[in-house]
Amino acid sequence: MFRFGHFSGGVHPRGNKNTHFYPTVRLDKFATVRIPMSMHIGPPCTCLVKEGDPVKVGQLIGRADAPMAVPIHSSVSGTVKSVLKEVASTGKAVQVVVIESDGLNTVDESVQPPVITDRASFLQAVWDSGLVGLGGAGFPTHIKMQPPAGKEPDVLVINAAECEPYITTDFRQCAEHPDEVIDGIIQVMKHLGIPKALIGVESNKPLAIDVLNYELMKLKLSANLEPDISIVRLKTRYPQGAEKMLIYSLTGRKVPAGGLPHDVHVLVLNVGTVRFISKYLKTGMPLIRKRLTLDGSAVKVPCNINVPVGAPIPDVIEAAGGMTGEPGKVIMGGSMMGVALDRLEASIIKQNNAILVFDQKEAQLPPETQCIRCARCVNVCPMHLMPTTLDNMSRNQDIEGLNQYHIMDCIECGSCTYVCPAKRHLVQSIRIGKMHIRSAPRAAQAKEGAAK
Amino acid sequence: MNLQVSSSPHIRDQASTTRLMLDVIIALLPALGVSIYMFGVRSLLIVFLTCTTAVLFEYLSRRLMKRYNSIGDLSAVVTGLLLAFNLPPTVPLYIPVIGSFVAIIVVKQMFGGIGQNFVNPALASRIILTLSFPAAMTRWAILAGRVPGHGIPGTEPIGEGLDLIATATPLYLIQAGETGQAIMPGYLDLFIGYKGGCLGEVSILALAAGVVYLLIRRVISPLIPVTYILTVAMLTALFGQDPLYHVLSGGLFLGAFFMATDYVTSPLSHKGKIIFGLGCGLITSLVRLFGGMTEGVSFAILFMNILTPHIDRWTIPVPFGGARHAKS
Repeated sequence: MFRFGHFSGGVHPRGNKNTHFYPTVRLDKFATVRIPMSMHIGPPCTCLVKEGDPVKVGQLIGRADAPMAVPIHSSVSGTVKSVLKEVASTGKAVQVVVIESDGLNTVDESVQPPVITDRASFLQAVWDSGLVGLGGAGFPTHIKMQPPAGKEPDVLVINAAECEPYITTDFRQCAEHPDEVIDGIIQVMKHLGIPKALIGVESNKPLAIDVLNYELMKLKLSANLEPDISIVRLKTRYPQGAEKMLIYSLTGRKVPAGGLPHDVHVLVLNVGTVRFISKYLKTGMPLIRKRLTLDGSAVKVPCNINVPVGAPIPDVIEAAGGMTGEPGKVIMGGSMMGVALDRLEASIIKQNNAILVFDQKEAQLPPETQCIRCARCVNVCPMHLMPTTLDNMSRNQDIEGLNQYHIMDCIECGSCTYVCPAKRHLVQSIRIGKMHIRSAPRAAQAKEGAAK
Repeated sequence: MNLQVSSSPHIRDQASTTRLMLDVIIALLPALGVSIYMFGVRSLLIVFLTCTTAVLFEYLSRRLMKRYNSIGDLSAVVTGLLLAFNLPPTVPLYIPVIGSFVAIIVVKQMFGGIGQNFVNPALASRIILTLSFPAAMTRWAILAGRVPGHGIPGTEPIGEGLDLIATATPLYLIQAGETGQAIMPGYLDLFIGYKGGCLGEVSILALAAGVVYLLIRRVISPLIPVTYILTVAMLTALFGQDPLYHVLSGGLFLGAFFMATDYVTSPLSHKGKIIFGLGCGLITSLVRLFGGMTEGVSFAILFMNILTPHIDRWTIPVPFGGARHAKS
């Protein structure tokens, strides 16, 4: 199919898609799960259970009290061992429900297929399902589906680009469940009234393109259905899967600075998200399991696994074959944008799409040297910023300069840091710069207050 | 268990400053070969002197200023090579040493070392040398067997024990109005390098081989040199001179591809690079056409080096999706 355009810049890191051909393995034998009460970007949920309570699979244990919050369900059946407060890797304290599994996985009675009559009931069902964007950011999907008036989407963009090295879960999703992927898209289009859908897949996953096209063909031949869904082959270039780049590559529309996809009448959903919607509408089983890629130099058997939300990472790695030695770095997410954990003892959360474990050698950071102004960072920046200038300004806390050089438009894709021959920590510096900007009004207020 | 925690990304490209500098050194080697062929072993001696003293000064100054030892990044070797390439083959041997001192200590390290110098060290040093030793810096000579054309331009022996004979640079001949002379090298001579000039600038062929290597390795962007050379060609043509002759003569090719592309002292954005190239071309042409000197490449690049921070400020790229509206 005709490709609309291609964003400028970007990098081409080694794919490391070692798990491309490894079917997803379901892992279930976890003695305990630890479910945090905040796995979305909104306010945390109110915990509904206490020590000693029996719970079943799919039972609501965290109630969403704010529209930006997303309900949380138990991923196993068993007994609540404790409810405790823990400091998460993000530095924030969160409530964690520790559940001892009885190994039976008894399903809760409340798990029933939702009754969808109209748009409102569909949105309610999406909210009740506990769904957050499965691409990694954890944005509540039901919020995304309700744009402000006048910004209703006319295109549904499905993100199956999977441009991050190592990760192959989106590809496996397409390869193993193409029927549910297409069904999910049709459901979203139907209930939200979106006439057209585009699925973006990078050119290094031809199999995904083939199976999805085959699925569309089957629909046409067996049910005489011809939904307006196109599968688009995209150039393999990081960060092709970044929302703004993907929208531009597929539709030629540019999301305005500081804007969201709905500003250009687009709704972007991850391929895993639509597949989950399809499954949820059929079974009513909320989001309690997560498919992810386990890879990295310290992992004995790179693989794709399907595990209950809340499964402790050490147990997951053990169950999947263990490690080759002492780990040097554990990353939640991909190697370009993932978060390095300060300890192994964390849980799998809803928006996890990978756990990467690097050995000691791979974890070593090269020493930072002086910038030689080679402009590689400027050339690869998909947002057309000047990372090296921002780096300098951030280190000098030059708030005015940072704004003038558009720091807030940085999507933190890491392309600049990846190519830097001087090995400068550009993204880190830019993140600190953004913090300076966010705290600037507060600092000014404090100063004013002190002066009074 | 000690886990490394750092900001993403967690993987890095192979590229390093050392590797980039090594690429530039490799790209300069063909020109060095031609230089030895044209000017004799003395050429190698001068290159050896500038490179070793540049590295030595780099090491000593870093040590003196209690900063980390930076000779491993090879940038001092590049500066040494480029400085030697900008010297005539007849220079007395103390000049390369003074040149290295000016380039490394005064221009580079006193401003903070690699990445911090506001002008190209080799160029600034060449200009200071030209102003300080005007006679020694403009005594052009060539090995007796390599004289361009068929005429013999002069027979004075240069220095003692040197088998170099004096010659004029093509640009000097143009300015002196001696374009009709038989001693004017032809296009082919200019291209291959049978002409008088600085050590590294004579052979366009050898330099071009290095440029191809740098472009394939994506070390330099062609934007600056291409705009630069095109501007010179167009302006000289406009004023009735032979543009091809101008492009093939003097330090234009060396300057455009190896000095104007210096990362540190040229603009970051594409638009900035084009402005930089245009400016260099304009000044070079003005000096060559109307100035008192025969050659303007070094002054042109130096002037544009100084303008670079301003060009960078004028050419902040518009972010993808358009500029954010200022919040009122």
